[in-house]
Amino acid sequence: MRRARVGERSELDAMAMVCVLPSLLYVLVMFVYPFLYGIYMSLRPAKLLGFSLANYIVFFTDEWQYRTVWITFGIAVPNTIVVVSFALLLAYGMRRGIWLERTITTILVLPISLGVILLAEGILGFYGARGWFHQILLGLGVLKEPLVLTHNYIGVMLSLFMQQFPFCFLMLLGYVSGIDPSIENSARTLGAGPWTVFYKVMLPLMAPGIAIAFALVFVMSFGVFPSAILLGQPAGATRTIAIAAYQQAFEFYDMSYASAIAVVMGLFQLAGLLVIILLRRRMVMAATMGVGKR
Amino acid sequence: MKDTIESLRFRITKRFGTKTVLKDFGLEVRGRQFITFLGPSGCGKSTALNILAGLIPATDGDVWIDGERIDHLPPEKRGFGMVFQNYALFPHMTVYSNIAFGLQLQRRPAAEIRERVGQMLDLVQLPGFEERYPSQLSGGQQQRIAIARALVLHPRLLLLDEPLSNLDAKLRIEMRAEIKRLHTNLGLTSIYVTHDQTEALSLSDWVVVMRDGILMQAGTAQEIHDQPRNVFVADFMGFRNFFPVQVASVGPEGVVEGTGNGMRIRGRTRHALGPGAAAVAAIRPDDVQVGEHLGGPNAFHGKVDIVEYLGRENEVILTLEAGPRLWVHTPERVVPGESVMVVFPPEKVIFLPPDGEGVSA
Repeated sequence: MRRARVGERSELDAMAMVCVLPSLLYVLVMFVYPFLYGIYMSLRPAKLLGFSLANYIVFFTDEWQYRTVWITFGIAVPNTIVVVSFALLLAYGMRRGIWLERTITTILVLPISLGVILLAEGILGFYGARGWFHQILLGLGVLKEPLVLTHNYIGVMLSLFMQQFPFCFLMLLGYVSGIDPSIENSARTLGAGPWTVFYKVMLPLMAPGIAIAFALVFVMSFGVFPSAILLGQPAGATRTIAIAAYQQAFEFYDMSYASAIAVVMGLFQLAGLLVIILLRRRMVMAATMGVGKR
Repeated sequence: MKDTIESLRFRITKRFGTKTVLKDFGLEVRGRQFITFLGPSGCGKSTALNILAGLIPATDGDVWIDGERIDHLPPEKRGFGMVFQNYALFPHMTVYSNIAFGLQLQRRPAAEIRERVGQMLDLVQLPGFEERYPSQLSGGQQQRIAIARALVLHPRLLLLDEPLSNLDAKLRIEMRAEIKRLHTNLGLTSIYVTHDQTEALSLSDWVVVMRDGILMQAGTAQEIHDQPRNVFVADFMGFRNFFPVQVASVGPEGVVEGTGNGMRIRGRTRHALGPGAAAVAAIRPDDVQVGEHLGGPNAFHGKVDIVEYLGRENEVILTLEAGPRLWVHTPERVVPGESVMVVFPPEKVIFLPPDGEGVSA
């Protein structure tokens, strides 16, 4: 990014302001205000007068509530790792283009256009005890009895994977295929085999993209709600923090407590992002130098 | 460097789908030479270089070095160095790490790596640049580092893929001399790809002119420059004026005379052109003489159309009385509309087979 010279500064800033304004307004109205209002609400418990941390104290002393944090992490972290790893692998394999690339990409991306509910219904039908998946495997004699793939942890993981893989894959494909192929070629001629090229050259160059993918998938997974209800076990193994907040809000009508849970969720998401950013910094300090002048 | 190759021999065909980009493109050369693949863009020269490097598989053919067939080897096992048009430095590594990359893969001792990287930076005249990142270097500096990175491994063959195309004109000439110096001092075998005939002529011991994946002519720079074998090579080498003629008479030592368009042109040829054969007479703009007092064979009248000032000389486009247009470079001052006499010195006129012939594979 170039620095503004003296004299052209004001003009540049005015233009920048005009461009930034709509998104700034949107963020203020749609995010900052509700967020601050949520924090405010969370600090005004229904049964007490004035400000209090009572909601937070209740949450972190009630095992039924605070264990939703671990349940959510237990879903979000493995899901993020699996989604990003698979997407990275596929994107890396497709970085130079492959046969029928458009068709394959279209098929991979289709789930995005379907919406969570339809996808969940599809998974229930396909992977359910009487679904095709089991019909075929039982019919072939591969399985003796049906596996339990829905209404549990696996069901939620399947659903999250299918929702998040396409967009993660697309994002990484754009990133990976944007890396100049001659960088890889030069590494090859310098004596690096395919694995060394991946590990020593491509991975550091892809790291910023991978970090963003990690961050986005993690945040989306941490807020998992419809999948956890439709395909999981919302009263037990997949009672995520979003479900806990929902119950307080719409089953017990305690908006204040629900807000507190939502704020806790937001803080954990933020903490997750922070860890990812720090890890990325440590892993590849130098990659932030960018691809340089061309 | 003692470990360069003695001989290189290859013959390759490459098809992308139904498109043939290299058609039985073959060559046999000694080591320690500077070899150039020269041709317009899309002629397959870079593809050929990438196939030699092992970065692209050939559809058919083989590559031999010192009697050993190497086309089945992956690029990392060939021991070649390669320099790319866009430098292809690792942006996330310092200059030091870029140059040390190959040595580290070979698990050389740290002290040796440090010493050799230092030597290389001295060689490319960038000492003290160890801790910089590629983005902090100019294009010319990046290309020097890219060359250092390739040379530090003592490659038995150095491949350069249009390494100067991204540099400005002045730097290009500087770097050209630099590359020639390194090549000569280190006793390398180099293959250089370019579309710039000046680069090819100034650098090369051996020039290979290509068109549409076919070898048009291979020879020393002087041979290619003075005795192009066909109209394409002649055109590429700066013969701008072509006159279709019919051979009228053939004398001793390649002296030949042809007529066409009401012009009688005398020149020389290295081709077996018998009387009555169709041919093309060609002369460079620089070789045409302009002046009123001139006479003798190959003297023609013409009218000046356009004069462009080029500094040391003028580029003049004129229409010959007989009809065809003529490009001339002359220090003479002429003005548009003026009638002038031009002469083609017979020793500067070459007779070639008509376009499409004289192509050897």
